[in-house]
Amino acid sequence: MNLLCFVEPEDDLSAQAVGFARTLGDTRVVSFEGAYQPAAWARTLAAEPADAIVAAGSERGNELLAHVGAILDQPFAANATAIDGDVVTRQRWGGSLLEEAQLHGSPLLLTVAPHTQPAAEIGDVETLIAEDDGSPRVLERIEEASTGVSLREAKVVVGGGRGVGSAEGFAIIEELAGLLGGAVGCSRVVTSAGWRPHTDQVGQTGTKISADLYIACGISGATQHIAGAKGAKRILAINSDPEAPILAVADYAVIGDLHEVVPAISAELREAKP
Amino acid sequence: MKILCCVKRVPITGGKMVLTVDEQAIETKHLGFTISPHEECAVEEAVRIAEAQGGEVVALTLGPAEAEEQLRDCMAIGADRGVLLETQGEDWDAQATAGAIVEAVRAEPEPFDLLLFGNESADAAGYQVGIRVGHALGLPVVTGLKKIELRDGAIRCERDVGGARDVYETPLPAVLTVLEGLNLPRYPSVPGRLRAKQKPLARAAVSAPTPQLEKLRLIVPEGQGKQAEILGEGADAAPRVVAVLHEIGVA
Repeated sequence: MNLLCFVEPEDDLSAQAVGFARTLGDTRVVSFEGAYQPAAWARTLAAEPADAIVAAGSERGNELLAHVGAILDQPFAANATAIDGDVVTRQRWGGSLLEEAQLHGSPLLLTVAPHTQPAAEIGDVETLIAEDDGSPRVLERIEEASTGVSLREAKVVVGGGRGVGSAEGFAIIEELAGLLGGAVGCSRVVTSAGWRPHTDQVGQTGTKISADLYIACGISGATQHIAGAKGAKRILAINSDPEAPILAVADYAVIGDLHEVVPAISAELREAKP
Repeated sequence: MKILCCVKRVPITGGKMVLTVDEQAIETKHLGFTISPHEECAVEEAVRIAEAQGGEVVALTLGPAEAEEQLRDCMAIGADRGVLLETQGEDWDAQATAGAIVEAVRAEPEPFDLLLFGNESADAAGYQVGIRVGHALGLPVVTGLKKIELRDGAIRCERDVGGARDVYETPLPAVLTVLEGLNLPRYPSVPGRLRAKQKPLARAAVSAPTPQLEKLRLIVPEGQGKQAEILGEGADAAPRVVAVLHEIGVA
């Protein structure tokens, strides 16, 4: 099988997509120069000869392949974890559920679900030229002023849920996160209530974290939240309900009221520090 | 300004996914339903635009007869009318869904200025219906938006890209797909719900074409059902917790 694999520079997810593509056949690794213009780039990709077109299951990867699917009027399977012939296994519900589906199309169009495949050396990348077709493209990039540790990359995330009870209640969550040099996260209930900004939300429709430790305080563990939290290597749940679903995905748990447990942990950490 | 919002009825899954015996769907006997979170923000944004400068907001869904409930929810927060493309309850793939939406859009006497979609649905998460509709209608598409501004009949919009924001501009009419965080959707009020009952809702039966991405079965991934190590109860657990933090090298 001859594959075309789109990559972005210095992108782990692209390296994983290349790794996946090479298990399937001869892979031509391609990229573009200049301002991102999804429909125009996709038109160029769609015109290249290939049995399959593959990209990372990233925002741009999924977007480009959807454009290719629309241009060629072929099916596209987003966030695949495996493929056998034309039967693809792919993620639904942010990875909380898998689907086996048959792709009745050619070329096969798919993206590779993040962090489900080992990364490969990307090696040589061929640069394709996309003609400006007048479709929307990136006009400028506004860099954000960095405000502390980013949720996506933090080594420790301390998250609060409904159990925190109020916007003010997050003071103890912030304190613990500060002591551990980590970031504050929260569940969707919290952002819907307006207690925290959406940028703090961990979940299927928020940020997907990759911390060494996630401390989930007063979070019941809805699938929406777990979809964003499961990238953490370890989860410590602090919850008053010993039957909360979060305990079924946690490595450690403390049963109790977070309003007592969290300050006690902070106090203990302070004492332990010289 | 005439705005279309496409939404999808999805179950509120709670803590654990349980499948039907035939592995074709999530067991929803005991679940409520909602629309995908990104779409809630799409509807809110459409209503805000119409409130600011006048216009009509149409909520459209493809789904079973019960999806009327979700269209009424959209009307309760300010959509003016609903369009229900009524299926027999089976799953439609993205190509078929987009095709039916395109037909419904073409059937409108007046064209839409703005067509809003969620970036991806909560359940199938195919990332493509809005893009397919845009191509079929020959409209520009911008996806993954967390900020939309109308300026002199054009749209300036922004997309988060890890520590920065990319800016796009597009003339109208256009297809935009949005992300949760675009705004904070309002809760439907009681008068809003009452008004919603009186608003027009058009139904059209649609029959599913042969799927090109054909679902064979669903699988609950392994990894659930872990047994968490209980470190203690209440504040007394703190020393043990800190010991564990040291053990795993985060404190």
